[in-house]
Amino acid sequence: MQYETVIGLEVHVQLKTRSKMFCGCPADYQAAEPNTRTCPVCLGLPGALPVINRSAVEYTVLTGLALNCSIPEFTKFDRKNYPYPDLMKGYQISQYDLPLALGGYVDIAGDPALDLGLRSIGVERVHLEEDVAKLQHFPHAINEDGGEGYSLVDVNRSGVALMEIVSKPDMRSPEEARQYLTSIHSLVQYLGVSTGNMQDGNFRCDANVSIRPAGSDVFGTRTEVKNMNSFRAVYQALEFEVERQKRVIGDGDAVVQETRGWIEEREVTVSQRSKEYAHDYRYFPEPDLPPLRIGPEKVAQLKAALPELAPQRKARFQSELGLSEYDAESLVGSRAMADYFESTVALRNATAVDRPAAAKEIANWMLGDLARLLNQDHRDIDASPVTPERLNDLLTLIDDGTLSTSLAKTVLDEMYASGGDPADIVQAQGLGQISDTGAIEDAVAEAIAANPKAVADYISGKDTAARFLMGQVMRLTRGQAQPELALRLVQEGLEEEKARQG
Amino acid sequence: MATITTEGVRHVANLARLEFNKEEMEHFTDQLARILGYIGKLNELETDEVPPTSHIHPHQVFIMGSETEASHVAKPDVVKPSYPREELRAREITAVELTESVYARIAEVEPHVKGYLTLTKDLALEQASRADAGFQNGDDMPALAGIPIAIKDVICTKGVRTTCASKILETFVPPYDATVMKKLHAQGIVMIGKTNMDEFAMGSSTENSAYQITHNPWDLDTIPGGSSGGSAAVVSADTAICSLGSDTGGSIRQPAALCGVVGMKPTYGRVSRYGLVAFASSLDQIGPFTKDVTDCALLLNAICGSDTMDATSVDVPVPDFTQSLINDVKGLKIGIPKEYFTPALDSEIAQQVHTATAVLEALGATVEEISLPHTEYAIATYYIIAPAEASANLARYDGVRYGYRNENPEDLIDMYKRTRSEAFGEEVKRRIMIGTFALSAGYQDAYYRKAQKVRTLIKSDFDAAFEKVDVIATPTSPTPAFKIGERTDDPLQMYLSDVMTTPASHAGLPGISVPCGFVKNGLPVGLQLLGAPFAEKKVLRVAYTFEQNTDHHRQKPKIGT
Repeated sequence: MQYETVIGLEVHVQLKTRSKMFCGCPADYQAAEPNTRTCPVCLGLPGALPVINRSAVEYTVLTGLALNCSIPEFTKFDRKNYPYPDLMKGYQISQYDLPLALGGYVDIAGDPALDLGLRSIGVERVHLEEDVAKLQHFPHAINEDGGEGYSLVDVNRSGVALMEIVSKPDMRSPEEARQYLTSIHSLVQYLGVSTGNMQDGNFRCDANVSIRPAGSDVFGTRTEVKNMNSFRAVYQALEFEVERQKRVIGDGDAVVQETRGWIEEREVTVSQRSKEYAHDYRYFPEPDLPPLRIGPEKVAQLKAALPELAPQRKARFQSELGLSEYDAESLVGSRAMADYFESTVALRNATAVDRPAAAKEIANWMLGDLARLLNQDHRDIDASPVTPERLNDLLTLIDDGTLSTSLAKTVLDEMYASGGDPADIVQAQGLGQISDTGAIEDAVAEAIAANPKAVADYISGKDTAARFLMGQVMRLTRGQAQPELALRLVQEGLEEEKARQG
Repeated sequence: MATITTEGVRHVANLARLEFNKEEMEHFTDQLARILGYIGKLNELETDEVPPTSHIHPHQVFIMGSETEASHVAKPDVVKPSYPREELRAREITAVELTESVYARIAEVEPHVKGYLTLTKDLALEQASRADAGFQNGDDMPALAGIPIAIKDVICTKGVRTTCASKILETFVPPYDATVMKKLHAQGIVMIGKTNMDEFAMGSSTENSAYQITHNPWDLDTIPGGSSGGSAAVVSADTAICSLGSDTGGSIRQPAALCGVVGMKPTYGRVSRYGLVAFASSLDQIGPFTKDVTDCALLLNAICGSDTMDATSVDVPVPDFTQSLINDVKGLKIGIPKEYFTPALDSEIAQQVHTATAVLEALGATVEEISLPHTEYAIATYYIIAPAEASANLARYDGVRYGYRNENPEDLIDMYKRTRSEAFGEEVKRRIMIGTFALSAGYQDAYYRKAQKVRTLIKSDFDAAFEKVDVIATPTSPTPAFKIGERTDDPLQMYLSDVMTTPASHAGLPGISVPCGFVKNGLPVGLQLLGAPFAEKKVLRVAYTFEQNTDHHRQKPKIGT
């Protein structure tokens, strides 16, 4: 039987606020020593009360607007009751029936294998809640009673602002899910509301997956897949889960509604035994937080403040700067990358006449040599020792003939290593091009004298021999000979030799 | 409404992380059936078109981005420095003597009254000395500097054990001060100790304390009322000059009436709840117990005001409450709600209250009968909303981070269940069960939502009444103090002790209880005066005028004789 896959994603995004969601503790828990970012509020001490973080509300509304959601005038927080040691109060403050944003969509390119064309994936809602503490389990360590096993709780993460984006069950393949997730990831980064770092858990994703006979409009029994810590893991876990469900149904069994965890090392999903008790979250309005009214004028103000997002920026790079789709796509991969590119283009435009050529040149450097250097160190472009200003300086040295392209690459390596100014590096290491005819003529003479076979080849009609000799000249001048001049002088030298021998 | 089965009760217990043996299970099933049967009276009301009330002052306008219009509803996204140390300000020579005299009185009568759970004498003398130093320096000292005050053990006091009269918090020492404590320390008060109460403020007699029974100074065989029974008793017994309590459904006003002192619940949102261990968050308010209305106004001045740490505190100007101490009620309209004068009301109390309103009328107030038609539903509504909120508020007591923990659990869930079942008292468990049930899947609309809608109706009654009158006068309690043990086997009867006080709690109104006489056996009677939201000044003015023209508040109990 032909099956159709149905996927919905719940994305949890930690917001980049300075303070936590409901207290004044710093939200930079990741680098901090365990349990050093706490206060009575995020520890859930008796008597402590929450107060809403304005920036977190703003960031969530901004995200909702970027996802084409409507922003209801009234919103409130609710208590979601469940006991767990990572939950300090025995309930999580979340949003139940009046979230901050409702009913939006994200456009994705679509899965070529499905041939459905451009697709619009529905966003059910965006709401705000608090993150929970972090548990670490040491099942085999010796505990203080001399027995085996203990768990540690780090409360630093408790109360960090967490935004949840819930999609509609609109995705029809793991590839569509990957595209949707990538779009959301790019979007939160462009908005500046999250670092979006998946490895560090700033950006997390759970998936609801089911299959049904092609053409059916009834949903199959779904499983919830968790514990996917990278885009690749999401894709692989979904592929696995879809195939698993097909096997289960093919064997005449029924899919069980359950939570399944992705085991990265074994590349399988496994059932996470449902907890002993039935889930009944008993949501009710959080009495400690008054409902909020978000004025339409504020929504309009935030809407006006929305930055240009990746898809629009990509289109502009293609239409205004003549970049290829591939280059444009690569450059809008992160906001920092696109910003770097635009800054450099702006600097170059002060001098360069041919904008598309200048843009292409910058793209080549960024996606080529600079990317290579950054990748070696796993560095993001906003941490690059080579700033847009310095890159522009380097390109200007090529323009004025001081550096050849290959010399410029050497200089870039040095700039990256030392953070230095390209002109200083050229000066200090004597790397400038030699355009003094006399100096190059000496090297040409030496090359011709040392390579009689190449000279003979040239005279017998093999023009490529001139290239070989030019390479020898470049070697003798440590690459600094101005290439066109060197080639001309080699050709002149060979012609002289030809006349002399002939 | 639901049929209560043992199976259903077991499910709810599981959700609430409690466990009961067979006998307890049958007992609970029977009690829950009776209580929920009573609550079923809410179904007499048609509420399809009524919006629910989950917050008394709802829909705060959130102005995003404008840091200057700093509404405390939402905090600016800034990292706070760790708590600055509150410097106690110092005062006059008499503070130490005053403090010593209070402890001398405690040595004399506290063994009879048992109002305190913890005494903080060393700390108190230190605070008193500091106050004295200030007075000696000729510093400009605040009104309450050097005043000995007792604090209900539900308010967090930095470095001083705060138990909520529960075994589960037996060892809990808060690392922070409640906002009211910071305010009182800024005034230079002297904290005498922490007072007894019903466990987690759940009760009307202070018999639900895990530690001790507090005795009413007027008759040691009777209860002092509750839940702030300790705070009322110590002011009545002169073992404190004044005290703080908390009022959720009447827990300040009812014990004030029963102990013959002044007790006031300010408007919900007037006083920060930060550091008040939560029972029912949408109802809880901190307020003072004092010997007279003047002290009440002074203490209100010290504790009122919006707080950036409590989003439900309300940002309205705090007047100088002493300016409402005016001995004149001419032109004020006082409403007497007919629904409060039911056959369940003690006839002697009804008589005292009528006498009191006659006094006010003679002084120039207009007294008229009014109607608050939904009064009879207030208890049923209260015993859904308060337990529902409590069931979540008390979820954090699981033995993991502080307080009592069972020592031999089989696993995590077993530890939760045993810890909670062993360390919570019966009334607390009963309310957690009711609240968990009222919020559980399938029952939330019939119970919790229904109660929120009826809460709206009760509030509307008051809104309409305050269109016509300035202050509403009622009895505070339907009976005088009852005998210790008299109602402990009948929770529903105990709940009905709050019948006069819960309606105003639902509406978040300010209310005061002032002494207005005695019944034949010598027990005090309280007159409850209620005002519109934030109309504390009118309430205080009527209370002050009544007090200035009567001498009930000057009567003192003769303890142990």
